[in-house]
Amino acid sequence: MQLFPCPFCGPRNEREFHYVAEPGKTRPDTTGDITAEDWAAYLYDTKNEKGPVREVWMHLTCRELFVMERDSVTMDVLGSKTLRRTLPAEGAA
Amino acid sequence: MSGRRLSQGGLIDRSRLLRFRFDGRDFTGHPGDTLASALLASGVRVMGRSFKYHRPRGLWGAWFDDPNAVFNVRLRGDELPNCPATTTALVDGMQARAVNAWPNAENDLKGGLDLFHRWLGAGFYYKTFMWPDWHLFEPSIRKMAGLGAVDGKAIDGYVADQLHDDCDLLVAGGGAAGLAAARAAAEAGYSVVLADDHPTLGGSLYQGDEPIEGEEPQAWVAAQVAAIRAAGGRILTSTTVFGLYDHGLAALAEDRGFARAPRLWRLRARRTLVATGAMDRPITFADNDRPGVMSLQGAAEFLGRYGVLAGQRIAVLSNNSHSAPIVARLRAAGAEVIEADPAEGAPRALGGKRLSGVQIGARKIDCDTLLVSGGLTPTVHLWRHAGGKLDWSAEKAAFVPGAGPDHMLAAGAANGTFDLDPALAEARAAALGTPHATGASGYRVRPLWPQPGSKGRQWIDFQHDVTLKDVELAARENYVSVEHLKRYTTLGMAADQGKTANMAGLAAMAAIQGRPIPEVGTTTFRPPFVPVPMELYHGTRRGQAVNPLKRLELEPQHRAAGAAMGEYGGWLRPAWYGPEDQSAITAEVQAARQAAGVFDGSPLGKIEVMGPDAAAFVNFIYYNTIATLEPGHIRYGFMLRENGLIFDDGVIARLAEDRFLISCSSSHVAGVEAMLESWRQDGNDPDRIFVHDTTQHWATITVTGPQARAIVAALDTGADPATLAHMTLTEGRFGDSPLRIARVSFTGDASFELSVPASRAADLWQAVLAAGTPLGARPIGLEAMSVLRAEKGFIMVGKDTDGETMPHDLGFDVPRRKKKAAFVGDRALQTEAANAADRRQLVGLRVADSGTVLPTGAHIVTGDGPQRSIGFVTSSYFSPTLDRPIALALLESGQQRIGDRVQLRHLGQSLSATVTAPCALDPEGERLNA
Amino acid sequence: MNKTYSALNLFREGLRGQRGWAPAWRSPKPKPAYDVIVIGGGGHGLATAYYLAKVHGVRNVAVLEKGWIGGGNSGRNTTVVRSDYYYPESAALYDMSVRLYEGLSRELNYNIMLSQRGMMILAHSEAEMEIAARQVNAMQINGIDSQLLDTEGVRKLAPILNFDRGARYPIHGAMYQGRGGTARHDAVVWGFARGADRLGVDIIQNCEVTDVIVEGGRVTGVATTRGEIRADRIGAAVAGHSSVLAHMAGYRLPIHSYALQAFVSEPLKPVLDTVVLSPGHGTYVSQSDKGGLVFGGGLDRIPSYGQRGNLPVQETVIGGLSEMVPMFSKVKLLRHWAGIVDVTPDSSPIIGPSGVEGLYLNCGWGTGGFKAIPVGGYMLAHILATGRHHDLSRPFDLSRFTRGRLIDEGAASGIAH
Repeated sequence: MQLFPCPFCGPRNEREFHYVAEPGKTRPDTTGDITAEDWAAYLYDTKNEKGPVREVWMHLTCRELFVMERDSVTMDVLGSKTLRRTLPAEGAA
Repeated sequence: MSGRRLSQGGLIDRSRLLRFRFDGRDFTGHPGDTLASALLASGVRVMGRSFKYHRPRGLWGAWFDDPNAVFNVRLRGDELPNCPATTTALVDGMQARAVNAWPNAENDLKGGLDLFHRWLGAGFYYKTFMWPDWHLFEPSIRKMAGLGAVDGKAIDGYVADQLHDDCDLLVAGGGAAGLAAARAAAEAGYSVVLADDHPTLGGSLYQGDEPIEGEEPQAWVAAQVAAIRAAGGRILTSTTVFGLYDHGLAALAEDRGFARAPRLWRLRARRTLVATGAMDRPITFADNDRPGVMSLQGAAEFLGRYGVLAGQRIAVLSNNSHSAPIVARLRAAGAEVIEADPAEGAPRALGGKRLSGVQIGARKIDCDTLLVSGGLTPTVHLWRHAGGKLDWSAEKAAFVPGAGPDHMLAAGAANGTFDLDPALAEARAAALGTPHATGASGYRVRPLWPQPGSKGRQWIDFQHDVTLKDVELAARENYVSVEHLKRYTTLGMAADQGKTANMAGLAAMAAIQGRPIPEVGTTTFRPPFVPVPMELYHGTRRGQAVNPLKRLELEPQHRAAGAAMGEYGGWLRPAWYGPEDQSAITAEVQAARQAAGVFDGSPLGKIEVMGPDAAAFVNFIYYNTIATLEPGHIRYGFMLRENGLIFDDGVIARLAEDRFLISCSSSHVAGVEAMLESWRQDGNDPDRIFVHDTTQHWATITVTGPQARAIVAALDTGADPATLAHMTLTEGRFGDSPLRIARVSFTGDASFELSVPASRAADLWQAVLAAGTPLGARPIGLEAMSVLRAEKGFIMVGKDTDGETMPHDLGFDVPRRKKKAAFVGDRALQTEAANAADRRQLVGLRVADSGTVLPTGAHIVTGDGPQRSIGFVTSSYFSPTLDRPIALALLESGQQRIGDRVQLRHLGQSLSATVTAPCALDPEGERLNA
Repeated sequence: MNKTYSALNLFREGLRGQRGWAPAWRSPKPKPAYDVIVIGGGGHGLATAYYLAKVHGVRNVAVLEKGWIGGGNSGRNTTVVRSDYYYPESAALYDMSVRLYEGLSRELNYNIMLSQRGMMILAHSEAEMEIAARQVNAMQINGIDSQLLDTEGVRKLAPILNFDRGARYPIHGAMYQGRGGTARHDAVVWGFARGADRLGVDIIQNCEVTDVIVEGGRVTGVATTRGEIRADRIGAAVAGHSSVLAHMAGYRLPIHSYALQAFVSEPLKPVLDTVVLSPGHGTYVSQSDKGGLVFGGGLDRIPSYGQRGNLPVQETVIGGLSEMVPMFSKVKLLRHWAGIVDVTPDSSPIIGPSGVEGLYLNCGWGTGGFKAIPVGGYMLAHILATGRHHDLSRPFDLSRFTRGRLIDEGAASGIAH
């Protein structure tokens, strides 16, 4: 049972989390022309790195997406941070 | 004479007698005994048979390291298979039977197999049984294999408690080092859990007579226990730390007695100290498996813990300094002990079922018991579970813990510190995190490893009958990697997972190849440390709690109305109302078509999307254009995955300019919400869109049929259903509560979805039925609803779609061609596959009016040449409305085949049907406004 | 030295202490160059080398294995062999594999202990029975032996299952393939290794590929921990690490790596004669010839290269097994472990060109690679030898993702309401 750090809720049981994607992929502008190859690369290609990785996860209980850095071999968690540019509280301030 | 009980000593209660049976004979023992110690005390030598050759076997060890004595044990009607005799506490009335032996271990009919051993070496089965076929031989080989039989009876109340806990320091092992560490840490203010698998703490302290820090062992242990408890530490006895997992999680099994499920502790430990001691290694020599050849440490344990002397005339064969105090203790207890040096010559055990002596070179020693110690092997399993490395210590001739993760510590014999005082110092330092220099070791050992090429049958894995010759054969055939050795010979794969065998095995391979031992390396240490019942993991995740169904607010009302409840997409819902399905479904369909059906639609998803960017957002989420939807209006649409495949369908209502209500499939609510959140937070400004699942807040009752309008009108809602157009919604009141009325239809008849806060569901249900019953309305279940929608050709996602279906396959092609704005899955609708002419499209199928209903799952096949599936029946019912069978299917180029006659196949049977449009009832939609 | 395995030779060798057996395979030093290099000494890689030599006469072949042969998923799986697949492309591929398996012991002169004890996938509701019927019909049309069993049919084959109608996942019936079953996983690896070695293939263990040498868009060799080795045709059969190799060679794959756990119990006398899978519990089980219950379940849903499992999935799988067969709750678990599997978006394998000329792939088998070892090797050998797809492997080309021609066995069912 791994402990993952939700940036909002703190360390929680791995069962509460869902892996979403590798970060950094931008959805192509589909109102323009996109080759089949570019679309397939966006849809399917992965880095799937061995060792330190950055991944987007969802904490299912608070529904926030965040970026987690961990090691895909040792399972050590190196850190996590929110995807948001500004936290709601900071935005309000 | 072999083993006997001494009149004093040990941790047993001689004042009470426990009776038990073993292999049909009666025996007695005392509280504090194990089955093994009681049998040993009674002079029993042969306690088992080996797996392959059915060699007679006696005890090797006194605890988890014994591979030989494995029993099926029954107590008051409850039987457990494969209980190790050495770790099964004796209970009055136990009936034990050695596994893999018939009629008993002493006289096993299959004992003759040993005569054929020369043909049954490692991997013999890979070289034969190929002709004519393995199947011919397999059944008899299967019967020969296996250990105990499992009876078909589940044990009443055999349910594992599962606890979660945490601590600063987990100490695995309650011997001297573990106790010292736990006390030091507890007194320093750490929260400490100490776990030991024995019922009595003290580890190996009872093996010798020496005082520890000036006290008798029992007194010292008692003092440590008292101090640990006083400082707030917790002590778990009869508890095995059986696995270490990621992020400091330890799994502990707490024994709660025979035929009671152990308790599982999931303990999150900030630090874990491995203080699990060390095991005596066997010495590899000819016939070293004879009953009466026992581990020196095991004999010391039997003496110290159970007051049992393993033999009367005892030869001791040891290569290390650890044996001296034990020999002294055995002599003091009255045994005649003859010490021998294995360097004198190659030993050979003499005798058959009873050891009669040992030959060492030219010297022959008559003895009834031969105690051997080939050196100590630290118990490093937990260290390895946690990813710690092992170093080879040439000085100690053992693998000892090397570099490890920060949270892992090791101390005492488990760490290769075999001397008592240094072990105590090391343990205390480890517990407090203070620096500690290891002093010189007093432990002396002469390396003594298997000698390749030496004579006789020399056992390496006792339970699995792997001998030195097998290791030599594996090497000869190039199975030299330690993993190949294990897999080819099965060395280390027995119930004891190689606790006694692995070191000898890899040392033998090293010797054969002339490589250093560390270069050969070890196999992987994996949990569980000792076998644990599967029940431990099962716990309360049993019966309906495995995956609990969601329950309806109106379940009591449905049950009162005679509903047959069934699972639909994770919800327990009314399938139909009445004792028998077909007539009930027919009546419900007829009522819905002729008067009105009342349907509990509460589980249907109700996800609100709101905010200034909500309109653009849902327009992106949906395949269909939603941006143009007017407030108060409703549209049917699809949500796709980015790969263009249909994820869900349903209606979306625009409640206000900046507020939408998404109605998704009841089983997809969580998935749809997660999908919405993903897009909301990734690619949008999450402060301008808000997603809120209100599914459980609202109960929804759907009224459908010609009388639906009249029924809704009869409710005092403040809204006029007559003015409510199809695909619009309005708000009204139900008493003091808000009421949402949506006019949508899944049946083709005028339908109203009435939603109220869930707490008002029962009142609304009652009110609707009160208004509807005089008009002929009745509750309808899921099955009737399935028929009603199928008559109209309306799909159910997942039933009438599969893992290839795109919206244009269902006739919804406009957005694919015309929608300008980007939407999820858009580009994927333009691939080669998406544009293919032979896509499977939704059609109807018609059979003769008097014909039988097509089986759902029947395939449509091409008639010519070898058959090929071109589609399949997705939904198929008898339509009470049309009084004939109806069916929906996905069919290759289906739209072009309308009117064609097609062949179908179902479980070898041939059928035929005519392709039609999906909608069989009222294609013009007149009933909607009737 | 004795090279042929037979009862007679076993008898003769028994008389002289089994001293005459030849090594099952040699351990040669790597040559500087080969006609073909196969990366990965698991079942798929060794089968590739065997069929290259046997079917295509290409014998100047090296199999490079970073550890010991069969040390990846070939030695970590639950040994199930079956071809009960839905789509014709999958059915054809996996059924050829079962047919190759059926002749393998005699072809390789190595008893792989193929035990066609039958494989059933339970249906827990009438809706699941309809889906099972759809699948059985598809299989029968595709020529796969498949039957639909009712509850009594299931009871006859596996009376120890939980037939309580009130169970969370009651048994309504099953989809059954009689030719499904198990084989001894290590024996498959060793048999192919021995067969390939006898045809001249060099099996090189402890030889880790550290880089793929690409010159002018073509592959020309590999750098390894045992030096540079050249070949202008390279096959990659490195399940679990396909993305790592892709990274070396400069291409990307649609693959995620996940841990898949497996479990074995203490040995019991025979109680279960078939392989049983419960989709509700996500657990499947068979009993090995040795007597252990060999079982497993779904993936650990955390991308991973760590070859070990985690408690949550263990609880689901073991708890599920105890629900499927209540008497197993008192049976003891002996060992659990995990392998790293390649998971593709459609749960189907990738066979064919990688995008780098001369480098061909055999990967993406997900949780089902063992059953496909013979055919996976056969297909990769074909494309390495001829430069062209075999008809059966063409649908599994990497280009299917660009064309949208996915073969999604996983998504073929699943009802929403």
